[in-house]
Amino acid sequence: MSYTKRFSGRKFDELRPFEAKVGVVKRADGSAMFKIGSTIAIASVYGPRELYPQFLQDPKKGVLRCNYNMVAFSGSGDRVKPGPSRRSKEIGLVTEKALLPFIDLSDFGGAVVDVFIELIQTDAGTRCAGINAAALALAHAGIPMKDLVSAVAVGKIEDKLVVDLDYEEDSHEIGVDIPLAMSTRTGEISLLQMDGIISVEEVKNCVENARKACEKIKEVQVKALKEFYGLEAKK
Amino acid sequence: MNILKKHLYNTFDKGFREDGRKFDETREIFIEYGISSRSAEGSARVKIGETEVVAGVKFGIGSPFPDKPGEGSIVVNAELLPLASPDYDSGPPSIDSIEISRVVDRAIRESKCINMKSLCVKSGESVWLIFIDIYPINNSGNIFDAAALASLAALKDAKFPSLKDGVVDYKSRTKKGIGIVDYPISCTVRKIGSHLFVDPNVNEDLYSDARLTASFTSKNMLCSLQKGGNVSVTSDELFTMLELAKKTAQNYRKVFGK
Repeated sequence: MSYTKRFSGRKFDELRPFEAKVGVVKRADGSAMFKIGSTIAIASVYGPRELYPQFLQDPKKGVLRCNYNMVAFSGSGDRVKPGPSRRSKEIGLVTEKALLPFIDLSDFGGAVVDVFIELIQTDAGTRCAGINAAALALAHAGIPMKDLVSAVAVGKIEDKLVVDLDYEEDSHEIGVDIPLAMSTRTGEISLLQMDGIISVEEVKNCVENARKACEKIKEVQVKALKEFYGLEAKK
Repeated sequence: MNILKKHLYNTFDKGFREDGRKFDETREIFIEYGISSRSAEGSARVKIGETEVVAGVKFGIGSPFPDKPGEGSIVVNAELLPLASPDYDSGPPSIDSIEISRVVDRAIRESKCINMKSLCVKSGESVWLIFIDIYPINNSGNIFDAAALASLAALKDAKFPSLKDGVVDYKSRTKKGIGIVDYPISCTVRKIGSHLFVDPNVNEDLYSDARLTASFTSKNMLCSLQKGGNVSVTSDELFTMLELAKKTAQNYRKVFGK
């Protein structure tokens, strides 16, 4: 079998239209929205603020906590039952690990930086959209960072390597889904998950595809930050 | 007394509010429909000033209550996301979120704006359930009114999915709406000291003494009431609050439309 044309009509390495906006939640210390195709993620950052209960504190550096949640009406099928699930907890965890290598919390001993990610509408690629929004929100909150973090899902449908899977591709029977987050400046990868069957050689190509896609995403992320601070207008 | 509360009292005594508004003046209201149109059958975003609330409607099929075999029902749920405010915590539903969902639910239910009999698929066996989920995105005060408006807007936006052999096919949506003729508009009036005002901002929410949420039909009939806060109100105050709520609800209705 051959996957000759994508369901959405996109080219195999083409991302869905995406956009980013900084400062969408006024009460938060930092916030951002990232939209890719129909997937919409909002992230807000609170902190550094004191962490309780006290035994969770690390006197040497701040603690990062990420919370991922899909709102009840964001699924395309039945209503999503509100509250944490095993899935949302795992995604919160991997999001935390995706962001942590690129932020520096050593000045914030005893404190916590809370990141809350809400999915308003979903069409696959939610954890990546969440990470993209969260990275922007952290930058907006003024947390010291080595680089922005950009994320995208790459993979394989039947015999073709694809970039930015939508729900139809994600739920394809003969498909591989690889969400990946990286700093495009250093090339370091901080999120990597996969399900499906694929060769090592193909994974290498997928990572290369992801790097190219992340560069495009980072451009938009940087532009969103500049727009928020009015830097784009001065040019 | 907390210094911020004292400041609020002082400015109120001088006859103006923190942000320069008059006591009966609301912030600008903005309503956007279909913000999650791919996944939710109905959705809307309401902004009152900087306050932002999104609400969505999902349809489901369930069995009716034994005492009302021919009627569907609505389920209203509000979640105060820690994303929206430094004062909200994660965890099981807080008492505040329960109160918001109950107040919004009561206005919709008691106004009888939804014909529950029209939600019947097969009497005694299966009926439509309408789930309304409310999420504040940014709490800059007056979440009650924003939540109520967002829920109504999501209901207005909603279209039934199609039904195949008793199973909902979410992929194909019909053109049939819920068919609400008379939307119940809710308005919250707050009290600080002896002053009554509408559309509170964050600090006014936090430090006000009493609260009254009233909902009105288009003919200005009351359909639900909820008094909140730790302080009582006199009957004279109550009547002034109701008048103020009625007037503000009429303004909300102008923005909301039919």
